[in-house]
Amino acid sequence: MKIAITSTGNTLESTLDQRFGRCAYFVVYDTESKAMEFIPNPNKDAEEGAGPASVQLVASRNVNKIISGDFGMKIKPILDSLKIQMIILKEPKKKIKEIIETLNH
Amino acid sequence: MSPRIKVLRKVSNPPVIKGFKPYGPESGKQNLEFVNLLYEEYEALRLSDYNILNHHQASVMMGVSRPTFTRIYASALHKIAKAFVEGRQISIEGGKVYFDSDWYHCKKCGCYFNNPEKEKPVANCPLCGSQRVDKFDYDNTYEDITDKHCEDLCTCPNCGFEQKHQYGQPCSKQICPQCQSLMKRKGSPNCKKIKNQ
Repeated sequence: MKIAITSTGNTLESTLDQRFGRCAYFVVYDTESKAMEFIPNPNKDAEEGAGPASVQLVASRNVNKIISGDFGMKIKPILDSLKIQMIILKEPKKKIKEIIETLNH
Repeated sequence: MSPRIKVLRKVSNPPVIKGFKPYGPESGKQNLEFVNLLYEEYEALRLSDYNILNHHQASVMMGVSRPTFTRIYASALHKIAKAFVEGRQISIEGGKVYFDSDWYHCKKCGCYFNNPEKEKPVANCPLCGSQRVDKFDYDNTYEDITDKHCEDLCTCPNCGFEQKHQYGQPCSKQICPQCQSLMKRKGSPNCKKIKNQ
């Protein structure tokens, strides 16, 4: 199963980005192979429509879950119809490393 | 004048099939057009005639007013009757809808999550695997939790005025209170500077 996490940087020490559409990087983590991929978000500085464009990017990697600090109101119905689970984590200081550790519980 | 924008209708589940076909020797002989039943009409029929709710209860479930619900329902009946009488196919698609799912809260790691597979009940938190999960009323409490965390700013390209970005309100539709021009989302590098201060 693949899980996308929004990140502020491209290392494991980076923290969780509280925004989905305009986050700096997406981390795509594969729970089976433990593989990780850092994808820079091209919609970081987008003025409008960053959310739906980011959904397209993430959905093209076949993820099942997305962990972020927040999801905008345009994204929620799209992810719902794509059957991608949204996980909202309100902890801006949480590191990507720690989130992956909790995922492996 | 353009018509008033329709409110998004809430549909809890998409229908299990995409439509209906007539059968029998006469079916398919005339190449008739499909009858397009919208998702919201399917949902109205489901709530009203399958779940036996009254129009008021059903309208609350779909997030529209009672008269709107009755109009959607009447349109659904009309379309189905048309398909039956004229022997047309029914295709269920389209409509101004969104699919809603239930939200949950994990007491161990403090995360919120939804359940896209509505048929399966939620037992474990998808993040930490804890069983201490609760149902969570997303619509009523969501405003408070988003307000605190949105650190973005809307800025005016004309005079440089800045204000806090309002959740769900596009910056490009905000009007600057000082010079009355349209505002823009403040660029991300500047955003970071503000967070660090």
